[in-house]
Amino acid sequence: MKDPVVAKRPARPGDTGAERGVAAAPHASEAPIPPTPEAPETTKAPHVRPGDRIFRGLATGSGVFIVVLIGAIGLFLILQAIPSLGLDNVNFLTSREWNTTDPTNLRFGILDLTLVTVVVAVLALLIAMPIALGIALFLTQYAPRNLARPFAYVVDLLAAVPSIVFGLWGLFVLGPVLFPFSEWLIENLGWIPLLAKGNVNVQLGGTIFTAGIVVAVMILPIITAVSREVFERTPTMHIEGAIALGATKWEVVRTTVLPFGKAGYVSASMLGLGRALGETIAVAIILSTATSSFGWSLFDGGSTFASKIALAAPEFNDARSAGAYIAAGLVLFVLTFVVNAIARSIVAGHKEYE
Amino acid sequence: MSTNLADPQRLATPPTFQKVSTSRQIKNGLATALVWGAFLIAIIPLVWVLYTVIQRGFPVILDGDWWQKSMSGLLARQQGGGAYHAIYGTLVQGLVCAVISVPIGIMIAIYLVEYGGRSKLAKSTTFMVDILTGVPSIVAALFVYTVWITTFGLGRSALAVSLALVLLMVPVIVRTTEEMLKIVPDELREASYALGIPKWKTIVKIVIPTALSGILTGIMLALARVMGETAPVLVLAAYAPFINYNLFDGPMASLPLMMVNERNNPTQAGFERIWGAAITLVVLITLFNLLATVISRALAPKTK
Repeated sequence: MKDPVVAKRPARPGDTGAERGVAAAPHASEAPIPPTPEAPETTKAPHVRPGDRIFRGLATGSGVFIVVLIGAIGLFLILQAIPSLGLDNVNFLTSREWNTTDPTNLRFGILDLTLVTVVVAVLALLIAMPIALGIALFLTQYAPRNLARPFAYVVDLLAAVPSIVFGLWGLFVLGPVLFPFSEWLIENLGWIPLLAKGNVNVQLGGTIFTAGIVVAVMILPIITAVSREVFERTPTMHIEGAIALGATKWEVVRTTVLPFGKAGYVSASMLGLGRALGETIAVAIILSTATSSFGWSLFDGGSTFASKIALAAPEFNDARSAGAYIAAGLVLFVLTFVVNAIARSIVAGHKEYE
Repeated sequence: MSTNLADPQRLATPPTFQKVSTSRQIKNGLATALVWGAFLIAIIPLVWVLYTVIQRGFPVILDGDWWQKSMSGLLARQQGGGAYHAIYGTLVQGLVCAVISVPIGIMIAIYLVEYGGRSKLAKSTTFMVDILTGVPSIVAALFVYTVWITTFGLGRSALAVSLALVLLMVPVIVRTTEEMLKIVPDELREASYALGIPKWKTIVKIVIPTALSGILTGIMLALARVMGETAPVLVLAAYAPFINYNLFDGPMASLPLMMVNERNNPTQAGFERIWGAAITLVVLITLFNLLATVISRALAPKTK
C-alpha cells in the first residue's frame, strides 16, 4: 500500500468490474459501495467463469465416478454370476461341493469356503486385536516421545512388505517352525474339536493355524494405525484430570484413553477383519488344498473365497466355470462391504473423532 | 475418644500424599510390561521376514545378469538368467496404473475438499472411497475380468492388470491428497480470491502446489503398495519367462507372478528365483518409499 491513490480507488480506471459481476464503480475516492444492479450483459450466473465450470465439472464427475464404480463392481459381478448360478446343480449356499471342471455339470456351493474364510479371519483377528491394542497404547502413551515416531514407522513397515512375501515366509519358514507346537497341541489337546487332527498333513504347515497367524501379522498395521489415531485424540484434560487424582499410568489409560477410544478400536478391528476376509495370495500360498471338507479344526486345510479364486484364475476359460468363481467373488465383495460399512458407521457415530 | 489416645502417632489430618498400594503398582507394572511386550512381538515377524528374504535372496541379486537378463530359454532346473522381464513388468504396470489413478484420485480429493462440502454426493463419495479401500484385490481383479475379458472380449494383458490396480490405488491417493488439501490454510485461498483469481486457478496454482510434497509422498506410497499386489496379475496376466514390452497384448511377467510361477519349481534354481524375486520386489518397494521421503523433504513448503 505504498501508493495512496491505489489504496483509495475501488477499481483501476480501465476496470469496469463487469467480469466480476460488479457494476463499474464511479471514480470517486470516497464512494460508498454502490448496490449491484443486474449487469445486462451477464444475465445468468455472472461470476462463474468457463474455467471454473469445467474444473468443477471434472471434480464433481470424479466424485460421481467413484460412486458409479462401486455400483458397477456389484452390477457386473451379479450379471456374470447369474447364468452360472442358474446352471448350478447343487445348492449354492449350503453345498460343500466345488466342482467346475465340467461346464455342463456345474456343482458348486460356498459353505466350505465361507467357513474356512471366516475361521481364518476370526483366528487372525483374535491374535491381532490384543497385540494391536498393546502397540497402539505403546506408541501413544508409553513409548518415549522422541522414539514414538520411528517406532510407528517400524510398525508401518509391516504393511509395506508385499503379501506374497508373507505367504512364502509363512509356508517355507513359519510352517516348519510351528510344526512341533502344532503336533503337541494335536496330541495333547486333540479332544477339543478346534485342535483335532485335520484333513491335511500338519508337517507341511499348510493349515488354517499357520494361515491365521500370518494374516494376523498382515492386519496388525491397519488395526494399529487406526486405533493409534483415535487414542491420540483423547482430550488432554481427561488425562491430566486422571493424573491429578493420583491415577497410575495404567489407571490413566483405563479410565480415559480406553473409554474414549473404544469405538475407534472396535472400528479398526472391523477394518482388520475386512482385510483378513479378503486376503488373497498369502492364504492361497499357505493353505494346502484338502480333499475332504472342513471339519472345524484349526489344523484343517481348505480354501478361502479369495484363495479359491486366485488359484483357479489362470484357468478361467469357460464363461460358465468362471461364473462360479465370480459368484464366489460376489459373496466376498458383499461380505467385505458389510464389514467395512459397519466399521465406518461405528466411527461416524462419534463426532469427537473428527 | 479413647482410640485417639491409643495412637499418639496418628496425624491430626490424613497425609496429602499416600503410598500407591502394592496391588495398584503390580497392575501398573504388568500393564507396562504387556504393552512393551506387544510392540516387541510385532517386531519379531518383521525382522524375521526381512532376514529370511535377505539371507535367501541376497546372493542371487548380486549377480549382474539378474538385473539385465530374462528367464528366456532356460529350463526349470537351469541356474542363471535374470528378472529383467519381471522388473520391467512390475514397473510398467505400476506406472501405467499411476498415470490413470493420479488425476482421478486428485480430482476426487479436490471435489471432496473444495467443492463437495456437506452435500449428499460428497458424503456418498467419501463412503464409497472408504468401501473401495476395503475391496479385496481379488474382487477388483474379478471386476476387471468381467468387464475387460468377458464383456468386451479383450485378452489378458498388462493393461488389464493396470486397470485393476487403479481400483486399489485411487482410494489411497484420495485419502492422502484429501488430508493434505485440508491442512492448506484457508487464508491462502482467501488471499487468492481477494486478488480476483478464479477458484479453479486458485486450486491449481495455490492449493495444490502448497500441498504438493504430501500429495507426491502419498502417490509414491500408493505405488509401492500396488506393485506388490499379486491377485490382479494372477487373474489378468499370464506369465512369460521372456521380455514382452507390449502393454496391450500377450503375457507379461511381473515379480509377484514370477514368484507364484516358480513356486511349482522344486529345484535349487526355482528356490533361488523365488527369493531373488522376493528381495528384488522388497528393494523396489523400499526405493519408492525412500523416494517418497526424499520428495516430501525436498518439496516441503518453506517455513522460515
